[in-house]
Amino acid sequence: MLRTAGILAAGLAAAFALNLLVANAIPPYPALVINLCGISIILAVSLNVINGLTGQFSLGHAGFMAIGAYVSAYFTTTLRYFDPEAARYISQAPLLDGLWGFPLALMAGGIAAAVAGLVVGIPTLRLKGDYLAIATLGFGEIVTILLANFRQVGGTKGLTSIPGHADTFWIYGAASVCITFSLFFQRSTFGRALIAIRENELAAEVMGIGAARMKVIAFIYGAFFAGIAGGLFAHLMLSISPANFGFMKSVEVVVMLVLGGLGSMTGAVVGAVILTILPEALRDIEREVNLSGLRMALYALILILLMLFRPQGIFGQRELSLKLLRRLVPGRRKESP
Amino acid sequence: MNALLETRLLTIRFGGLCAVDCCDLAIAPGQLFGLIGPNGAGKTTVFNMITGVYLPSEGTVHFDGRLINGRSPVQVARMGISRTFQNIRLFDELSVLENAMTGAHQHARINLFDSLLRTRRHHREEQRQRDKAYRLLQFMGLEDRAGLPAKALPYGHRRRLEIARALATEPKLLCLDEPAAGMNTGEKAELAVLIRRIRDELGVTVLLIEHDMKLVMGICEIIQVLEYGKTIARGTPAEIQRDPRVIAAYLGGA
Repeated sequence: MLRTAGILAAGLAAAFALNLLVANAIPPYPALVINLCGISIILAVSLNVINGLTGQFSLGHAGFMAIGAYVSAYFTTTLRYFDPEAARYISQAPLLDGLWGFPLALMAGGIAAAVAGLVVGIPTLRLKGDYLAIATLGFGEIVTILLANFRQVGGTKGLTSIPGHADTFWIYGAASVCITFSLFFQRSTFGRALIAIRENELAAEVMGIGAARMKVIAFIYGAFFAGIAGGLFAHLMLSISPANFGFMKSVEVVVMLVLGGLGSMTGAVVGAVILTILPEALRDIEREVNLSGLRMALYALILILLMLFRPQGIFGQRELSLKLLRRLVPGRRKESP
Repeated sequence: MNALLETRLLTIRFGGLCAVDCCDLAIAPGQLFGLIGPNGAGKTTVFNMITGVYLPSEGTVHFDGRLINGRSPVQVARMGISRTFQNIRLFDELSVLENAMTGAHQHARINLFDSLLRTRRHHREEQRQRDKAYRLLQFMGLEDRAGLPAKALPYGHRRRLEIARALATEPKLLCLDEPAAGMNTGEKAELAVLIRRIRDELGVTVLLIEHDMKLVMGICEIIQVLEYGKTIARGTPAEIQRDPRVIAAYLGGA
């Protein structure tokens, strides 16, 4: 447990250092891309617990992200202390304001998404394969349509003037917490239970592994971090609308996983970084050759080539480890004893 | 008689087909019980009804004095019945050791937060599962393969790993569905010794489905014979070998 605290502290320290670098030495546009990479990492790693480890194909991640974004932003912008006796707002400042209000607002967003994960998970996780994908896709659409019809959260215009609390420290701090916990989840009796369900659900049940319960736990876990990612996104972009969290956002996260290698946490991180930077890098190429639309064509081509030549993704199911590095470095190969 | 597992008038129909018809089984604690019969006799279907995979159309299953039909496979597993599958169902992407450890998962008394925070309880649980799994791999003669992915194992070892995984659930009753299928003579002889040791040394009652008559006659104490879903004989190996109905069922008409 002390070691866990040490690892988390090291992650936060690294995020702090990265924040200093980004804030002082990097122009605003690349800094924004770096921050978006961090948010993508949280989304991909948390979805990997559901889609990769448990093998439950969910297309609802953007829906959980939307819930986290709206709930946390509602706390930092609109919601105020209301005094029921005086029937008026006590303060003009939002309920959760300032530097210390922000992590609480993020947690509120994460918890709201987790509760949604529980409510959606219990009925839908009885479904398998394509049916589950369609049900979770439907959930994501319902969330955006509901948000678009609530005037309290701005309808289709969404929430604006959100305070810009989410800097590189918060984003990469949250990402390192998410990666640490997800790796610890994977390498525990619960992670093995999830993989057992993916590999053979009937055999897992005959071993006494409650598949229905474990699936819901994985779903809640993934939804929680998607909610955190949504909160960070809202406080980075300063305004959000339902259009940010459409079907394509969920697909984007799934593609990150497939690119990196479904089931590999390292792959999820690498896939998230590549697919966040790639469209931006291609934008420059597009401008150079002055051919608009080239960006999306190249993007599609890269994905098609990947599926042709490496369908298991960059990492397959492997993780980046010292053992793998040693194998990749020629000449230093040790004969196995 | 105080049976560990007792089925009464156990029947299942799939549409118009009566796959198992009024099957009565009574297995005493510590017994090595054989269930045999020609292909399609309904042996695996009986297994599936005992372990909660199929819901019987009629009849009852009592285990340890409690009625268990209608319970889910997970509930049945947690009551102390474990099984292997005719078509091996291992967790291919997990290592051999991890496969056996999944059997011990149901006895874990920790929650997810213990594992996420890596508390002392988590480390103790991992150690418990590793020790238990490793002991069972040794028992089944697989300890030098512990680190390999399960998909890399040869066929005979896959069957043995499935038994090790089932034993890790600490069952009172172990149901083996054709454990010797596809094995050569040497492997079968080793398996026979292992099955007897499971009963003698681990104290687990064994219900065995098997086609290999030498294996069944060699180790089982009581044998029941099914044909077209009906019980046609029950008795000691010597009695079964003399039974004219059994001979007719296997050799086709007397």
